Amino acid sequence: MHTLKEQIIRQLNLKDLKPEDIGDDQPLFVEGLGLDSIDALELIVLLQQEYQIKLASAEEGQSVFRSVRTMAQYITEHQPTKA
Amino acid sequence: MAEEKYITASCSLSKGIVRKNEEVLFKNEAVSAADFLMSVYKRFGIDYPKFYKMDNLSKLGFLATEILLNGNFDRNNYTANEVGIVFANANASLDADLNYWQSVKNIPSPALFVYTLPNIVIGEICIRNGFKGENAFFVQEEFDISFTEFYVNDLMGRHNLSACICGWADIIGQEYKSVLYLVEKIKRDSSHLFITKNIQNIYELANG
Repeated sequence: MHTLKEQIIRQLNLKDLKPEDIGDDQPLFVEGLGLDSIDALELIVLLQQEYQIKLASAEEGQSVFRSVRTMAQYITEHQPTKA
Repeated sequence: MAEEKYITASCSLSKGIVRKNEEVLFKNEAVSAADFLMSVYKRFGIDYPKFYKMDNLSKLGFLATEILLNGNFDRNNYTANEVGIVFANANASLDADLNYWQSVKNIPSPALFVYTLPNIVIGEICIRNGFKGENAFFVQEEFDISFTEFYVNDLMGRHNLSACICGWADIIGQEYKSVLYLVEKIKRDSSHLFITKNIQNIYELANG
């Protein structure tokens, strides 16, 4: 999850934050990290770029992007297997 | 007779130098445009995490406005609808457009795309300060001082504006220049009449 936090910080330009500042279960939006709708789109791009995962629907994003832990779980379950 | 208006503060960021009201406040000349903007953000103790996500044009206009208003603007004097912004530049959002174009070669970046209009810098300043007055962003080959003077006078004369942040904010690659001034109907200490000659003086001083 540390690597995922680094990727989130880089993708979203959260230069004031370090991976250890982001709790595994901390909400990413609104009351947590305070991310906005553009950040949500950037997280979708991150999943595509780094893990070759495309979200099935926008609604799915609400549960996937709830926290770093839910993102990590989704990646583990959906990452394409390498040949 | 038209009501007189006054330039009550000015600020410029150009060639590694920050000036406010004709005084040099900060120098950091031997760095890139991006590094200069970051050094200004840190030097002036601004705390606004969204700054990091802005494109360079928004950073430039945002920083110049922060320094312009600090200590020279009493927001209690105005309602949100009474404060406007009128900017101009030569390169529109081309600096951000090129960054976005680079990202399109891979996966287009939504965060870069949202800055591919020059007036986004005005939106960033309005969000930061809660301003809701008239605003406009003009693209001109060179800073058209007489046009800006006419337009801002018209806005403040016929519309609801009582204060207006005006000027030039332009960046392309490593070339950047922001020259902003605050126009109000209230005369203050060391304010100048809002006339072409005084705008010209502020603009020329920023050229060094």
